Amino acid sequence: MVTVTNAPKIVTSRLDDPEGHTLERYLATGGYQGLRDALAKKPNDVIEEVKSASLLGRGGAGFPAGVKWGFCPPGVFPRYLVVNGDESEPGTYKDRLLMERDPHQLIEGVLIACYAVGCSQAFLYVRGEMALAQERIAQALNDAYAAGYVGKNICGTDFSVDVVLHWGAGAYIVGEETALIESLEGNRGMPRLKPPFFPAAKGLYLQPTIVNNVETLSNLPWIMRNGGAGFAALGAENSKGTRIFAVSGHVNQPGVYEVEFGVTTFRDLLYAPEYGGGIRDGKQLKAFIPGGASAPWLYPEHLDVPLEAATVGKLGTMLGSGAVVVFDEDTDMVKACLRLVRFFARESCGKCTPCREGTSWLEKILQRILDGHGRPEDLNLLLDVCDNISVGMAWPPTQTTICPLGQSATSPIASAVMRFKDEFEAYLGGPVELEVEIKGAAFVGPFEAATTEVSTGV
Amino acid sequence: MARFNEQNLATALEIVSRYPVAKSATIPLLHLAQEQDGHVTDDAMEHIAELVGTTPAQVLGTCSFYEMFKREPVGTYLVNICTNISCQIMGGEELLHHAEHSLGIKAGSTTSDGMFTIEDVECIAACTEAPCLQVNYRYFHKITTTEFDDLITDLRAGKRKDEIPPHGTLARTRQHIPADRGAGPADPTGVPEPTWLARNATGEEQGS
Ligand SMILES: Cc1cc2nc3c(=O)[nH]c(=O)nc-3n(C[C@H](O)[C@H](O)[C@H](O)COP(=O)(O)O)c2cc1C
Ligand code: SF4
Ligand code: FES
Repeated sequence: MVTVTNAPKIVTSRLDDPEGHTLERYLATGGYQGLRDALAKKPNDVIEEVKSASLLGRGGAGFPAGVKWGFCPPGVFPRYLVVNGDESEPGTYKDRLLMERDPHQLIEGVLIACYAVGCSQAFLYVRGEMALAQERIAQALNDAYAAGYVGKNICGTDFSVDVVLHWGAGAYIVGEETALIESLEGNRGMPRLKPPFFPAAKGLYLQPTIVNNVETLSNLPWIMRNGGAGFAALGAENSKGTRIFAVSGHVNQPGVYEVEFGVTTFRDLLYAPEYGGGIRDGKQLKAFIPGGASAPWLYPEHLDVPLEAATVGKLGTMLGSGAVVVFDEDTDMVKACLRLVRFFARESCGKCTPCREGTSWLEKILQRILDGHGRPEDLNLLLDVCDNISVGMAWPPTQTTICPLGQSATSPIASAVMRFKDEFEAYLGGPVELEVEIKGAAFVGPFEAATTEVSTGV
Repeated sequence: MARFNEQNLATALEIVSRYPVAKSATIPLLHLAQEQDGHVTDDAMEHIAELVGTTPAQVLGTCSFYEMFKREPVGTYLVNICTNISCQIMGGEELLHHAEHSLGIKAGSTTSDGMFTIEDVECIAACTEAPCLQVNYRYFHKITTTEFDDLITDLRAGKRKDEIPPHGTLARTRQHIPADRGAGPADPTGVPEPTWLARNATGEEQGS
């Protein structure tokens, strides 16, 4: 039942080393060799190598990194690289570890990407609340500058690029790439409309800009050292390599685990002694979130689904940020829904009416239900509001807002109302007839997908 | 008072010089202002506007969007308790209520001695260590109510000062780009293709 592979640790090899963040230890464990290997190639060949690895972005949307790099319009300079280290998705806990415990691996990845794409400057946007990550990155950058790995004439070549540490200041929405760019320009972090502002074409200062996640870039040194084919030999058909999953909630061993895509299943991740170790106090599993608070949840019948983007996508949800939150049988789903919705309501940037108004109405209605003042019509009202934020609640969602934050709030509610209607009715004091039709695959059941293609746009 | 002092002005100018467009330094400078005064004052925002070439209203617009910038003084210790989903189901809300009860204040307010401010915050990226909190943005994992009380007692007694720097001073280490090693900010208007790309495009293997 439990498959634990001996796939190499690609991004987490130094995570348990208390000195892993120092330049000395990094160099002693193969550090900056991937950069040297990249510098020995032509930039285009580096892009091809990363394309052959089929490295998917680890920030949520899962877009192939090499392909994205190729989208910069030819001949337009300067180009910028922006590292998305704003990690704030509830349940997610991996980028912070990578930044705190292996900052050089990230910096090396940044340099490889800059070299390949032709970027003249990179900005490492680190979430404001992460004091230790900032300290460690600042120190690592200072050391790397002094040792000639960053800055002018890197490793004695004519490749020069500055890597600048930039701080966030507390706003979840800034994780969205165009909002991140607005924030980096000194503005409120409000998403831009895509199109026309696809960052690769018009990003920072309206110049071509590549936005990549911390984990995505941290994979690059290994890929350069071992080749794209070596990376692509690991994992599943459509999801290559390994992936970090953070397992939290009601499991015996909450933790951060690097596993091979497609081989490991949710059952392994939740129950294997090497990973989650089972539901605590011997309880039954009620539900789990497979990829951060924005991902519609899954249920016990989905446990044998492999951790692989396309398969999970067919269930109407996503691996998103790699955060698996586990709920046992005693969880009050109404309360959990309220907490999730409150998050989205608080963090809505306010630019689009359906998101700004919708999320706060959802919060108010759920609060009323929990306080015991709910009305029988509230259940249909909840679904109706959801339907107005995300029309038909189909998957992938219909776009009614500038970014996907608004619709993220609707899926946990719609799913919970369908599945745990009795829990809501208990608060409402009696049975309720549902009148709103839900189309989303996640609410239908295993493998009965409404859509086959995954395109989350997150 | 509250424009940048001489030393911070030097730091501010160094930060501004790293960006191709000065306005990008707005958030780092707001952090610096908070480090100097404990919160962001009107004067500081005016000074930042001068330094980055924008208006005080724009700086205020940015400042007010972000959770971490405080427009009023907060306690010596800012205690942020996470009640988001992973923490909630592991007891984060109970921890928050305990904190409110034992400090005698509601989330969002400060004890009368000015020592502690508590906040009910969204996920702080330590979900596998739930329930968790931050004191001046330093993490405390898997916190029980007893451990919370011990922590407060320690802080009241002036212990753990090394571990937890004052509010505002986020990172004790700053980035320095040595003058002889810096590549320099790339002006967004009309910078030519970088030499290493040109070299490789016209290199001997061209057309292969
Ligand atoms: C509301 C919202 C929040 C997001 N938060 C993050 C985040 O915290 N970290 C991250 O890397 N990507 C986040 N993303 C995804 C980014 O927009 C973007 O897709 C990603 O940084 C691209 O990097 P990748 O291709 O390497 O994955 C978020 C997206 C949305 C819509
Ligand atoms: S969906 Fe919400 S968070 Fe996204 S741009 Fe619109 S208002 Fe802002
Ligand atoms: S939910 Fe509390 S730290 Fe993530």
